[in-house]
Amino acid sequence: MITLDVLTARPDMPQRGELERWIARAWVRPARSGGGYVFAEIDVARVQLIHQLRAELGLGAQAVPVVLSLLDQLYTARRQLRAVAGVVQAEAPDDLRLRLGQVLTDIERPGLD
Amino acid sequence: MDDPYKILGVARDATPAAIKAAYRKLAKTHHPDLNPNNAKAEERFKAAASAYDLLSDPERRGRFDRGEIDAGGAERPPPNYRDYAEGPAGARYGGAQHIDPEDLNDMFAQMFGARGGMGGGGEGRARPGRGQDEHFTLTLGFIDAVNGSTQTLRLPDGRNLDVRIPPGADDGRVVRLRGQGIPGWSGGPPGDVLITLQVTPHRFFRRDGQDIRLDLPISLTEAVLGGKIEVPTPAGPVRVTIAPGSDSGQELRLRGRGVPAHGKQAAGDLLARLCVSLGKPDAALTEFLRAWRPEAPHDPRKHLEPGP
Repeated sequence: MITLDVLTARPDMPQRGELERWIARAWVRPARSGGGYVFAEIDVARVQLIHQLRAELGLGAQAVPVVLSLLDQLYTARRQLRAVAGVVQAEAPDDLRLRLGQVLTDIERPGLD
Repeated sequence: MDDPYKILGVARDATPAAIKAAYRKLAKTHHPDLNPNNAKAEERFKAAASAYDLLSDPERRGRFDRGEIDAGGAERPPPNYRDYAEGPAGARYGGAQHIDPEDLNDMFAQMFGARGGMGGGGEGRARPGRGQDEHFTLTLGFIDAVNGSTQTLRLPDGRNLDVRIPPGADDGRVVRLRGQGIPGWSGGPPGDVLITLQVTPHRFFRRDGQDIRLDLPISLTEAVLGGKIEVPTPAGPVRVTIAPGSDSGQELRLRGRGVPAHGKQAAGDLLARLCVSLGKPDAALTEFLRAWRPEAPHDPRKHLEPGP
């Protein structure tokens, strides 16, 4: 958990004003504590990601929320699929597991028409 | 290796002078020469020296701050957003919402629905989010699982939760404690605690749905002459009459002595399969059998003969 001051003092991080704009747009959502922000590890990594998208890939302010939204949906889906896979692995009977493997393979095959 | 800032008791943005001052103060207090035979002081002295070693070097301090090296100075791979986003912490930015296990459609609707995690990013305010669920495993004995019980689960954060185990709980069953998980954010509800039960096998009872099975040894005398014997059940021993001429393989059904009734489920039975146990035959029994000529000789292996 680190504060806004500490984070923006790092050379690989955006300027303070820039980061405050990101927070205002809810691109980053650090927790609040005693009037200030505190950044968990995931928040720091997310700031770094946005910084890379902006500074290195030259993504404009219009494009960032689109990319973030797609990434968030992707990671949510992957977390949920991972949870499903865990339950299937632990509890599903063998024939159901085989069937799921088959279905997942088939949907990635190009159509025959 | 602990956080060197914490060891020295300085802020993350402390100046080099402040770090030096903090280290000097600790070094003076815990110096081994001033604290002979005080292992704790020596340990603190060493920790402070190692922390100061790292933080007094601007380059290494910078690398530690950026997460490139750990407190011991060992290289660490640069943190990757994906590592966090796919882990439990990712729920902070996910579209996490409560999914009723009864309706998996909700989950798929959410996975493929139009609503994105950042809501297009233009909201300017964090949406309330439900806290995450926490998963634990609780091991309990066979009898406690059959009869139902209340177990105390100690969480990593020091809380103790009373977990009510319903009668007839199976191995692998998941008990949900609503609202006991990770707190939500922005006014969202807390997550649940999900506890997977692990039931240890019993020495002689076995579950068979609502029934309990037991191999019940009886003596030769009890088998031939019958008699009253005590039979263990999950709810305690009961006295049972063995009919004269009982034999191995016969099953006694003790109605209502299996898994107790719960909900709409009626109580199960205890199924005790008799097995005659001879023990060591004494001289009298051996003598008797030598002289014994049965009226109707019995072939116990008749059913093993090859058929037509």
